[in-house]
Amino acid sequence: MLRGLWKLTWIEIKVFMREPLGAFGTVGFPVLVFLVIGRVAGRNLPAPSLATSSFLRVSLPVLAALLIAVSSVISLITIISIYREGGILKRLRATPLRPRTILTAHVIVKLALTAATLALMVLAGKRYYPIGMHVRWLGFTIALLISTLSVLSIGFLIASIVPTARFAQPIGAAILYPMIAVSGLFTPINSMPPVVRAVARVLPMTYAVSLLEGIWKGDAWPAHLVDVAALATVFFACTALSAKVFRWE
Amino acid sequence: MTTARTPRPVIQVSGIRKTYGATVAVDEVSFEVNDGEIFGLIGPNGAGKTTTMECVEGIRKPDRGTISVLGLDPFGQVYKLQDRIGVQLQQAQLQKRIKVWETVDLWASLYKKNSADAERLLDQLGLADKRDAWFMNLSGGQKQRLFIALALINDPEVVFLDELTTGLDPQARRAIWELVRGIRERGKTVFLTTHLMEEAERLCDRVAIIERGRIIDIDTPQRLVDRHCPERIVVLATSDPAAEERFRAIPRIDSVVRSDLQFTIRGQGDDLVTEVIHCLSESRIRVTDFRMIVPNLEDVFLKLTGHSIRD
Repeated sequence: MLRGLWKLTWIEIKVFMREPLGAFGTVGFPVLVFLVIGRVAGRNLPAPSLATSSFLRVSLPVLAALLIAVSSVISLITIISIYREGGILKRLRATPLRPRTILTAHVIVKLALTAATLALMVLAGKRYYPIGMHVRWLGFTIALLISTLSVLSIGFLIASIVPTARFAQPIGAAILYPMIAVSGLFTPINSMPPVVRAVARVLPMTYAVSLLEGIWKGDAWPAHLVDVAALATVFFACTALSAKVFRWE
Repeated sequence: MTTARTPRPVIQVSGIRKTYGATVAVDEVSFEVNDGEIFGLIGPNGAGKTTTMECVEGIRKPDRGTISVLGLDPFGQVYKLQDRIGVQLQQAQLQKRIKVWETVDLWASLYKKNSADAERLLDQLGLADKRDAWFMNLSGGQKQRLFIALALINDPEVVFLDELTTGLDPQARRAIWELVRGIRERGKTVFLTTHLMEEAERLCDRVAIIERGRIIDIDTPQRLVDRHCPERIVVLATSDPAAEERFRAIPRIDSVVRSDLQFTIRGQGDDLVTEVIHCLSESRIRVTDFRMIVPNLEDVFLKLTGHSIRD
């Protein structure tokens, strides 16, 4: 029973767009990082080696896509903790709204935001990125949305442990950004120390990177079923756990 | 108070208890709220008012005891209940940049029954010219009126108002009281909490006094005063030298205290004032000052708990 879901989702989108830094911080920043690093890396190396070209061709776009996902998730953590602290969640609950409807609305907003930012990145990339963007981007969008959904479910867990809204952003960042660092995007998983490797294996970001890199390079989906399964497992586990530990006030 | 019909309880609370860790927030609380009345739960901050109300609203589950609201179990049938009640929470907020009309429009879409006309409601609550304003830019009084609008949007049978006027200036407070009386006139039942005794006295048909999680007494404000504080005091000033002796002759007085020209006469019951006036007129005593000190709920609270509600 999802009465009110679309209206609530649409209101949350409007409210988010009215935030002075909401749109830029979440939508503009990852795109800007992507273009600036791309230009710098493209200019400094007039004769691109194989390594740089693989960085420009695959790693940087995937990194930018991950940044989009992570900033969506941090934005979710921040909003949920502000809503909890301000009693907004409680006020919404004292209506016939189902709790899952309230949270689903936020997930939809963040997924829509992720897709919109990715579209902006692809559009800007076609025009300004040194090597252009040639990608099957419907597949890549789906891969990014699956990855984002998985990380969003961790976001709900983080939102449950964040003590106050003030700490939401730093705590979210401190948990999520290191996940990117050990995701295999910069250093291959197999050349990491065993302990780090073990950690990387249980983090969803590692599978997100593998999936995104693969789809970006043109792999077929069946080659990445393991990644999708891992991301789905994280999603279902974290969602089930969130249902138990999520704090409404 | 104006009705003569037999009271029909719409809320029945029986022996509820709620603890948070080692703290007992509410203990053995029982009361009934009748159809069409304004019922107030009064007590100082931290007495258990909000916890009790939130249990009745179905957003908190008591550890023990039973609650029935409109024949429903609030916690087990919370969505069914929410459809038929209107709720205003203490110190609630909304999204900072949500517009007034968007809020009302969203709320209106959440309920099955929707006979209250949203635009007319905004008009009645004096928010019509604020319909495009962001929530964060509303004044305290406007925010409270918006929350009242949200509590009324589904034309509810029972309205819950938790510390409705806290933080408002006296003028805004009076305006809100008028609104609450209007809710009762439309045949609704109102269950409110307040720590303001004046608010309880002016609004409530019946009140329950709660202190440290327990209900001490329940009745109409007038009967509570009569029962617990029957003392009446008359303060007057006169230069008549024979006055003191005459005052002491008034039947059933407790004491007469003189301080210069001022006399303080204490006694029991409403007859005291009549007796004093009778004495003044019979003895032709000229007075330059005449005041009555009539106890109120605040005094009742002090008497029952041994401390002021403001502490």
